[in-house]
Amino acid sequence: MSKKITIEPVTRVEGHGKVTIHMDAQGNIQQSRLHIVEFRGFERFVQGRPYWEAPVLVQRLCGICPVSHHLAAAKALDVIVGAGTGDGLTPTGEKMRRLMHYGQFFQSHALHFFHLSAPDFLFGVDGDPATRNIIGIALTNPDLAVQGVMMRKFGQEIIRATAGKKIHGTGAIPGGINKNLSIEERDEFLKGADPLNADKMVSWAEEALDFFKKYYFANKDFVDNFSYFPSNHLSLVRKDGALDIYHGVLRAVDAEGNKILHDVDYQEYDKYIEEEVRSWSYMKFPYLKEYGKEKGWYRVGPLARLNTADFIPTPLAQKEFESYKALTNGKPNNHCLHMHYARLIETLHAAEMIRELLNDPDLLGDDLVIKGVKQKEGVGLIEAPRGTLFHHYRINDNDQIEMANLIVSTTNNNEPMNKAVNNVAKSVMTGKEVITEGMMNAVEVAIRAYDPCLSCATHALGKMPLELTLVGPKDQILDRKRSQ
Amino acid sequence: MMNQKPSILIFGYGNPGRQDDGLGAAFIEKMEQWVTENEISNIALDTNYQLNIEDAEQIAAYDLVYFVDATIEPLEQFSLTKVEPSDAKVEFTMHAVSPAFVLDLCRKIFNKTPESWLLHLKGYEWEFEEKLSAAAKANLDAALAFFQHHLSEKLIN
Repeated sequence: MSKKITIEPVTRVEGHGKVTIHMDAQGNIQQSRLHIVEFRGFERFVQGRPYWEAPVLVQRLCGICPVSHHLAAAKALDVIVGAGTGDGLTPTGEKMRRLMHYGQFFQSHALHFFHLSAPDFLFGVDGDPATRNIIGIALTNPDLAVQGVMMRKFGQEIIRATAGKKIHGTGAIPGGINKNLSIEERDEFLKGADPLNADKMVSWAEEALDFFKKYYFANKDFVDNFSYFPSNHLSLVRKDGALDIYHGVLRAVDAEGNKILHDVDYQEYDKYIEEEVRSWSYMKFPYLKEYGKEKGWYRVGPLARLNTADFIPTPLAQKEFESYKALTNGKPNNHCLHMHYARLIETLHAAEMIRELLNDPDLLGDDLVIKGVKQKEGVGLIEAPRGTLFHHYRINDNDQIEMANLIVSTTNNNEPMNKAVNNVAKSVMTGKEVITEGMMNAVEVAIRAYDPCLSCATHALGKMPLELTLVGPKDQILDRKRSQ
Repeated sequence: MMNQKPSILIFGYGNPGRQDDGLGAAFIEKMEQWVTENEISNIALDTNYQLNIEDAEQIAAYDLVYFVDATIEPLEQFSLTKVEPSDAKVEFTMHAVSPAFVLDLCRKIFNKTPESWLLHLKGYEWEFEEKLSAAAKANLDAALAFFQHHLSEKLIN
């Protein structure tokens, strides 16, 4: 006899998701599945629309990471308007986009740490859910809570200044940008009153990293062993191997660090990556064609990026990167919860990059757009906070989009998230027929490490009760629990 | 005329690219016209895709805060309810928090508890389109008429 326990939805992740855990009669975990409802209709929705609308239209996809979609679409359309493949823009165009992207990264990573992961570290995975959040942090570590709030605000203000507005930003356009940074804006970010200035953000990013490292070294066994599994890793890297979240070539390494995708041009991503459809999930499962469905799946995101990159091109983050790499003797890091460590190193890198860019006079330039010979097709790739994001468009003779293909970060992480859930389920639920809040949160901790963005964008629809379903060997429902 | 005008923030949130989820932003757009036409200086307006933790810092600077949001709750057209600080469990979505949560965070971090209200506008359609449904538009108009009257009284009294 086997049993199936369904946890729905996964709280504190965006949109709709449920976890189904299959048990046999002896209480052994047979299989775990993370079901995600994703909108595939968007790719059809943009068909027939003028191509230049895409960078704004795609922000309808997601109210969480609209900047990532905005920039990935703009990069694809750079190719279509003949402005090159990411490094052909004017210095002002490229650097304004980078500033927008690092601002997005900084605020997204800060939110993830302070709002989602730090509460688990401070209060324990099985801590009281009523206080296992930033409110609890505010009560016990008020300075840390203030840092979280203000780091998030700083990143949001960077986005506002570069994208033009908080909702449906228009900063990036095909071939460049539509505004530069004013001297007043630059000075405000560089020299603004504490804490809203770049120096303070760098120092707070260092403090957040120190906070995690203290927790890590005090709880090393737990962090190292929580849902560990080897995998391939994929991301953009700069042509010289540096971490680069805006532009570069596509690289993948295996669990031992061997390159299995050799710095290829992402315009040809479809030569290397295939997407598998499985009957039980709305979301596809991407894999490297050369290695097949079983061996070709990969992780993306902070852990993957620090596994594929050879170095980080900012000094403070590079120093932390060296310590981090030493933990695994220079080999790829396959520890699920080290995702948080990697994310905080990236947060520090983003803060350093923001400061560096703000000191670059190119941001104040007025040569904003470049165009060349129009092309019919273009691919835009970017490292979104959650991982590699693909946008691919083809246009017709009337400048209308006739084909769009998007592979979002969460889709890239589909297989590893399922594996992470299964590992945790085996660890905490084997032999148990009743799911405690602590068990549920342990499953969620594994999922949240990947920071998944599920079917998102309409928060008004996202309020659903938690539902647990127990199903017997013939898929009959044995029990169902619903909580508010 | 009031002797001492309260500082007021009206904050609409939602994604205008998803039909009626844009009710909050549409409300703010209409209110901008009203505030300008009536030369009201003590009302600030803002929008975003969703509420989040940094909004605790923003609301701390005001005496009176109105959150405006779309909802699928079974309302006739709209509702205006007082927001009390709540440290309830973080809601379903990862990157969005409730007005009560923001208010509680504001109280605990910044020692401020501005009087706060939530204006909920009933929505019906949530597809990839930047246009309110007809029913939502009617709710928006009704809510605007009510709210502008409410605010006028608040400003006078």
